[in-house]
Amino acid sequence: MRIVIIDDSGLRATVLEEGLREAGYDDIHVVPPRGAFVARLERMAPDVVLMDLGNPSRDTLEEMLTVSRALARPIAMFVDQSDETMIGAAIDAGVSAYVVDGLRKERVKPVLELAVRRFNAFAKMQSELEEARTALSDRKIIDRAKSILMNQRGLNEQDAYTLLRTSAMNQGKKIVDVAQALITASDLLGGGI
Amino acid sequence: MNTQLRIAFLPLTDAAVLVAARERGFAEEEGIALDLVRTTSWATLRDRLVFGQVHAAHMLAPLAVAVTLGLSQQPAALATPYKLNVNGNMLVMASEFAAALEPDVDRRLADPLGTAHDFASAIGLWRRKPVIGVVHRFSSHAIMLRYWLASAGIDPDKDVVLRVLPPSLTVEAMHAGEIDGFIAGEPWGSAAVEAGLAEAVALGERIWQRGVEKVLAFREGWLDDNPDLVDRLLRVLARSAAWCDDPTNHGALADILSGPHYVDQPADLIARGLTGRVVARRGETAVVDSDFMLFAREATAFPWRSQALWIYSQLVRWNMVAHSPENMAKAGRVFRPDVFRRALAASGVAMPGASMKVEGAVGAPLAVGSHSGDLTLGPDRFFDGKIFDPDQMDSFISGFTDGK
Repeated sequence: MRIVIIDDSGLRATVLEEGLREAGYDDIHVVPPRGAFVARLERMAPDVVLMDLGNPSRDTLEEMLTVSRALARPIAMFVDQSDETMIGAAIDAGVSAYVVDGLRKERVKPVLELAVRRFNAFAKMQSELEEARTALSDRKIIDRAKSILMNQRGLNEQDAYTLLRTSAMNQGKKIVDVAQALITASDLLGGGI
Repeated sequence: MNTQLRIAFLPLTDAAVLVAARERGFAEEEGIALDLVRTTSWATLRDRLVFGQVHAAHMLAPLAVAVTLGLSQQPAALATPYKLNVNGNMLVMASEFAAALEPDVDRRLADPLGTAHDFASAIGLWRRKPVIGVVHRFSSHAIMLRYWLASAGIDPDKDVVLRVLPPSLTVEAMHAGEIDGFIAGEPWGSAAVEAGLAEAVALGERIWQRGVEKVLAFREGWLDDNPDLVDRLLRVLARSAAWCDDPTNHGALADILSGPHYVDQPADLIARGLTGRVVARRGETAVVDSDFMLFAREATAFPWRSQALWIYSQLVRWNMVAHSPENMAKAGRVFRPDVFRRALAASGVAMPGASMKVEGAVGAPLAVGSHSGDLTLGPDRFFDGKIFDPDQMDSFISGFTDGK
């Protein structure tokens, strides 16, 4: 079974491709949705096409599926139109699938289920990455506020941090917000750092 | 406790009535919390509606007909009791191509028939088939473009290449040289003009003076099962549409639409379509077309069944669906004037007495029978003077010799 993944996020495509290979599918191609991707896709004659539901190129792809003579049979969306749970899960995960009509349902279903799991895993990974990035930038802000306090008030690092934390607790704010306010104020006052 | 309603839309100026309904508080007044779901392709908007992820969608009128006829992936009976706008499209072409047309843009846009013939000659000079972007096979844009091209003997399936791409990718595709021009809803034509990539070649309003554009589409079953909620929503939209149509609000509306959750384009570009002052070529004075885009006046929102049938006639013309009494009945049923009447009966919104009219027959503003309020219909001519009488479907369709 030839599977084509249309995706311009290198990472998500990799996550999906790896999953499919582990499951024993080995005829997998990744095509970014740019330029003449439709012509490339036609040459590949895939059995299944997987694509992010949010990808704006879906209209272009569907048009090709409608008019193409290179692909012998029409392609329908989703494996089993009556399987509403599956469709719901696919849409929630952001997976859209195009399947060569006539391909047996039981052969395609595991591919779609795997794509759904992998897309969900990728979304989780993205949000964790985002959290990690936020945490990192929070720490940088707090570090800068600490060094302002250390310079201006002659505190050591531990005391500077304690002061920030106490102020945050007293004001019912997050430490990072207090630190940001301090940096802004210090900048306005020309405090340097 | 407000009722939650999820409605999918595409980033386009003609999502205005939905956006204003939320942002100006019209929805809240009726106890509705509008959750507007931004979508980047018509395919995804369609799937979200068909598979019940949203209650309604800002949909291309021909797409609602096509889904109902089973022409676009999963078949589903869709229905629309409310048109979100008429008109608002613009065909733009790369400046080197437009150079073969009438150079005075006012005259070019005022004479679509002459421009279509100039366009036909220009294809010969171009040395290859022009590639024209359309937003969807089943879009008002594609249907109008085909209508306009065919009037000058251009076969849209043979003499040009129609390439489908979503509106928000059109300008990028022009830039990359993947297309030579495109027809789309605003602000994308204006964005291409402003980027110096293209100039206006035709305005939708000059092809069909009151052209059907976006509708609010529902699954038919859901629409019929939730009459109270639908009626409340339609009252919200009627108030919002009146606000959107008022020229004194166009500045504020353009600002709202320009936000990152909506169209995410500069407000001054969006304002061009709203005010009907469209810049056809970068740096030039705007062409004034006060009917460029309508939201409320002349009962714009009323879903004339004859308009669903005109769409059907064009799908048949281009061999997208086989003509049969069953298909015709299905297509006509997509537009639901009965629901419009029920919802807005007591609202003072001017409302036609009939559900069908002869399309293209009104040459000058015409006062017509109305259930409530005074109703004047604006001119609704097709640029070629053709008239569509829905009762004469067979002879209308057989009058088109192309596409067969």
